Amino acid sequence: MVRLTINDQVAEVEEGTTVLEACKEVGVDVPTLCYVPFLEPYGACRMCTVKVSENGAPRLTTSCTLQSTDGMKVVTDDDDVRAARKIVLELLLARAPDAEVLQEMAKEYGLEKSRFAVEPEEPAAAEAEGAEEFEVEAKPKKCILCGLCYRICEQRVQAFAIGLVERGADAEIAPPFGRPSDNCFACGACASVCPTGAITAVDRLGREIVHDELTLASNSAINVPIKQAVPNVPYVDKTQCIHFTQEENGLDACRICEDICPKEAIDLDAAEEELELDVGTIILATGFKTFDPRRIRELGYGMLPNVISASEFELMNRADGYTEGETLMENGERPKSIAILHCVGSRDKNYNRYCSRVCCMYSLKFAHLLKEKTDAEVFQFYIDMRSFGKGYEEFYDRLLEEGVLFVRGRGAEITDVAERPEEEGKLVVCCEDTLIGAYRRVPVDMVVLATGLEAREDAEAVRRTFGISCGAEGFFTEKHAKLAPVSTTTDGVFLAGACQGPKDIPDAVAQGSAAAAQALSLMDRGIVEIEPITAVINGDVCCGCKICIGLCPYTAISFNEEDKVSEVNEALCKGCGTCVAACTTGAANQRHFKNEQILAEIEGVLS
Amino acid sequence: MDEEFEPKLLYILCSWCGSGGSESARAHGLKYPANVLPYRVNCTGSLPPVHILRALLEGADGVAVSGCYPGDCHYEGGNYHARRRVALTKAILEALDLGEDRLWFRFVAHGEGRRFVDTAAEFNDHLKELGPNPLNEITTT
Repeated sequence: MVRLTINDQVAEVEEGTTVLEACKEVGVDVPTLCYVPFLEPYGACRMCTVKVSENGAPRLTTSCTLQSTDGMKVVTDDDDVRAARKIVLELLLARAPDAEVLQEMAKEYGLEKSRFAVEPEEPAAAEAEGAEEFEVEAKPKKCILCGLCYRICEQRVQAFAIGLVERGADAEIAPPFGRPSDNCFACGACASVCPTGAITAVDRLGREIVHDELTLASNSAINVPIKQAVPNVPYVDKTQCIHFTQEENGLDACRICEDICPKEAIDLDAAEEELELDVGTIILATGFKTFDPRRIRELGYGMLPNVISASEFELMNRADGYTEGETLMENGERPKSIAILHCVGSRDKNYNRYCSRVCCMYSLKFAHLLKEKTDAEVFQFYIDMRSFGKGYEEFYDRLLEEGVLFVRGRGAEITDVAERPEEEGKLVVCCEDTLIGAYRRVPVDMVVLATGLEAREDAEAVRRTFGISCGAEGFFTEKHAKLAPVSTTTDGVFLAGACQGPKDIPDAVAQGSAAAAQALSLMDRGIVEIEPITAVINGDVCCGCKICIGLCPYTAISFNEEDKVSEVNEALCKGCGTCVAACTTGAANQRHFKNEQILAEIEGVLS
Repeated sequence: MDEEFEPKLLYILCSWCGSGGSESARAHGLKYPANVLPYRVNCTGSLPPVHILRALLEGADGVAVSGCYPGDCHYEGGNYHARRRVALTKAILEALDLGEDRLWFRFVAHGEGRRFVDTAAEFNDHLKELGPNPLNEITTT
């Protein structure tokens, strides 16, 4: 440890700490522009100048580049220091008069105007604005040449896309040969560290870059996807992370997050690993996937603007979303009329025959939110209104009173081809209104598709892994539809939530709680009762052909290498008898359904 | 024809869907021909061809098998095994000149009492047309 005095305050810091860091540690504020904790100190801006005495006369020096030593005396704010910083500020202002940070600092130091001549305006900035390429541009009037941008580009991003060019008064930050560098992948690191706002990342239209605006996602590689996320912790988005982008180029870049996380909670090298766990019970809660409305081409999702899916509407409606909860069309205007189409991908022989159970109610919720937040006309195109739960029918009644327009008919097609003048520039929902018995075309500004619920693609693999069964739709089958709705045919494996079938949140919570309770009761007892009907293999007769092993759906049969016979694990065996029927020698027999018994019974019943 | 031929039929049902179908039929008060003898096994997948052949040897005129619908098997895939074994057994019956139509395989779900009863009746009518098991004539004469 090193002891030094900062403004009469004794500080004890670790060896190798710079004076600037020591000051920060004891809470003494030292102004700086070119320092960030994750880059090598550079001493470019000189604003962190302090007065230091070590065994002799005090001298003025930059605190960011000076290492603390024992007995050092540091003064961070006296007349000498202020005078030095004032001159530094004047010089910086002469170069970058437009930088707001400098202007504010100047106010603080009582500086009204830089004594040094302001360089004549150059047309370089105007030229850069006209650039059509997607690029990162440096505006010279704000740049103080602190070098943070190219230092981070070199040291951390390892892209070497920008650098310092020319010398002296002509020095500036630029990409090689003044053209956008191929190495630049618009990570925005340079813009994020620029202390004066001289660098901004803009797209072709001159808008500031917000990553993935169209997918309504966050603009940072490390983020909490939504405020209500469970667990509510940030995650690293590998598709946007600089480290993982550069990893593809064989570089080990960035790692800033790892370095600055005070809890050292980030490990970018963490790899997926397979864990083998011994557990007594398993609850499957693998969930569902939403129906992809692109499959119904006549609805125009993904082709027509302002046709959005229900989850996109939810994202837009989020108070912390990119529209801040406002319902906006793609051109940024508020829609005057909105149609909500029910049963997209549900109750449809072409896609899924079943009812997805939740869409009616969330569509009603959407309509309610729209009525509450906007003054738009809201249409609901439905086949049947299924508001079956507690308080649901009342909610439907309320919406009828709120003036939501209900059209009984499946929205068959969405088109932007106008047939009448009022349809010009609008989306037209075509449907057969079964209540008035007529074909209708309803022009609207925006369409929300109430997409249904589907089983996940990997449901079949999960089913195989856990030895349970799946219905034709891919949802897992419970042991009994009424009497065992959370158990499965494999003992100790329980189901919760939409993996068993479409269900809403209260139902999923209820089933989850039930599954937890069943799992607990099983674990608490510590023993399991098994069915008496199991297969047995007579080792004297078994020829060791192993046919039964491959057939067993419960992997209950193993091969005894010593005796060269198959053996049944009775704890796993469910007594289906598949092995018995397949046994070539008659060694396998099923308790309660023995071959002799069956044959005798057949004989008896037919005599 | 002196009197109407009444076939002796064995209807093999699995413990889950097939028997469930017969239970549903009972619950709804549905009736099926009395000469159809329901016979329960644990799973149609546990039914070897030998049992079907034995039934025919013992004097049955026909054998019907009913298990769960595809994907609904209580034991994952027993009904698939059964379907294949029945196809195999049909080939054997054909080879023995008994006619593959003496063996039927039809899915019946737990709640399908009506389908269970209909299958039994249809099978009975079918077998009446088909006539007695040739093996019976050999053994009785």
